[in-house]
Amino acid sequence: MTVTVRIPTQLRSLTGGAGEVSVEAPSVRRAIDELESAHPGIEARLLDDQGALRRFVNLFVADEDVRFLDGLDTALSSGTTLSIVPAVAGG
Amino acid sequence: MSFVLGLSCRECGRSYAAEALHVCEFCFGPLEVSYDHDAMRATVSRERIESGPPTIWRYADLLPVSPEAPVDLGAGFTPLIRADRLAAELGLGELWVKDDTRNPTGSFKDRVVSVALTKARELGYKVAACASTGNLANSVAAHAARAGMESVVLIPHDLEAVKILTTAVFGGRLIAVEGSYDDVNRLCAELAGDFPSWAFVNVNIRPYYAEGSKTLAFEVAEQLGWTLPDHVVVPIASGSQLTKIDKGFRELVDLGLVEDSGEVRVSGAQAAGCSPVATAFLEGAEHVRPVKPHTIAKSLAIGNPADGSYALEAVRRTKGAIESVTDEQIVEGIRLLARTEGIFAETAGGVTIATLAKLAASGVVRRDEKVVVYVTGNGLKTVEALVGHVGPSATIAPTLEAVAALFDPEATLDKETR
Repeated sequence: MTVTVRIPTQLRSLTGGAGEVSVEAPSVRRAIDELESAHPGIEARLLDDQGALRRFVNLFVADEDVRFLDGLDTALSSGTTLSIVPAVAGG
Repeated sequence: MSFVLGLSCRECGRSYAAEALHVCEFCFGPLEVSYDHDAMRATVSRERIESGPPTIWRYADLLPVSPEAPVDLGAGFTPLIRADRLAAELGLGELWVKDDTRNPTGSFKDRVVSVALTKARELGYKVAACASTGNLANSVAAHAARAGMESVVLIPHDLEAVKILTTAVFGGRLIAVEGSYDDVNRLCAELAGDFPSWAFVNVNIRPYYAEGSKTLAFEVAEQLGWTLPDHVVVPIASGSQLTKIDKGFRELVDLGLVEDSGEVRVSGAQAAGCSPVATAFLEGAEHVRPVKPHTIAKSLAIGNPADGSYALEAVRRTKGAIESVTDEQIVEGIRLLARTEGIFAETAGGVTIATLAKLAASGVVRRDEKVVVYVTGNGLKTVEALVGHVGPSATIAPTLEAVAALFDPEATLDKETR
């Protein structure tokens, strides 16, 4: 499963400035593992000490918030985009 | 001059320069403006404020921008109206309506946009952008026109017709997005990274923008003769406005501009069709679970409210409450305010009035309290909500007989109550 991950500006210092990276992963959780292998430090920015998604981070799979899907266990299919978006915006 | 020191993360406390940043790079927490409070305290006074213009800019010392060249259409210093008829209907005592329908583009958003675009211009931006449920769209387009800036306004495609037209007339780029507000907001949160030359007022300029809502507290206190109300009722969309009103009252005490008469109770209002913060309040939850909105109160239809947990914190700390009301109750709220006080509010105002009624009935808002209810948008923006609910009492021929068939010239008219 090749998945495109969109990286917010706040994390691009960890991806060498890249706004998009590709990973091979069947689920959101595994995608984060793969991101961490390729770009050490990124996992701690996305997940808290208990391994849960941080409160101020939103993840979208094909434009849907994973909180409305299966959270970190949400399945990924090939060609899907996983977007990491800061939660604090709007209103 | 301004007393801004910089930005700091509300969650982890990390400091940043006062630039176009809204999120902590480490924990993604929201950035807040920090001020030199000692210098502010030494400068600001009631007299200094009272000698300022009849707009939000009388409070320039307490805002995060230099006031020399504000982007200004005259936002703020709207009337605070004693509402005895409404109070009588609800069984309340001293009740005031903060009538923020009377802003340049008809909503409180003119306050936050005036501050945001002043800051954006200070930072050198030439393009103003936003994600909006409509009121912000109106205000950004108008203020950008006034400032000679380009604007790019993104809205959900199914907004009220009036809000679309009254944004487009100002001549900027208005982009209707096939999705909900939360979809539009997410899109803008991503775009802000890809379009660094655009000032998204509620994304990368958000820390400054949000501070503009403090003026809703400042004005109420000044208009009450530099005293604090006991209890305020505020609509909740993202939760930012409620959070900043609470902050505004506390700043006035901190600066010695009002006596510390005890904490102002802050209660929140949501539509039942989009009530994630009210639900979290009732469940005793610390965080807000996002929802998919379905309500006529489109200006409050934010299913994933950025400041929801901070609004919860403010309401709980001040011993307020958060309630939600149905679409039918929203329309009743609009009509109740209109017929008792002559103020025509949009659906969000209907939410707030109906919630006030509910909180009064349950004894949360009390008769012995000095109460202020914030009505933050003009009813002309959401007339669709009233279709089928109000209309002519009769349609007649232009003859004396036709009128005589309806009215007895000797009789007094009973006030219609519904």
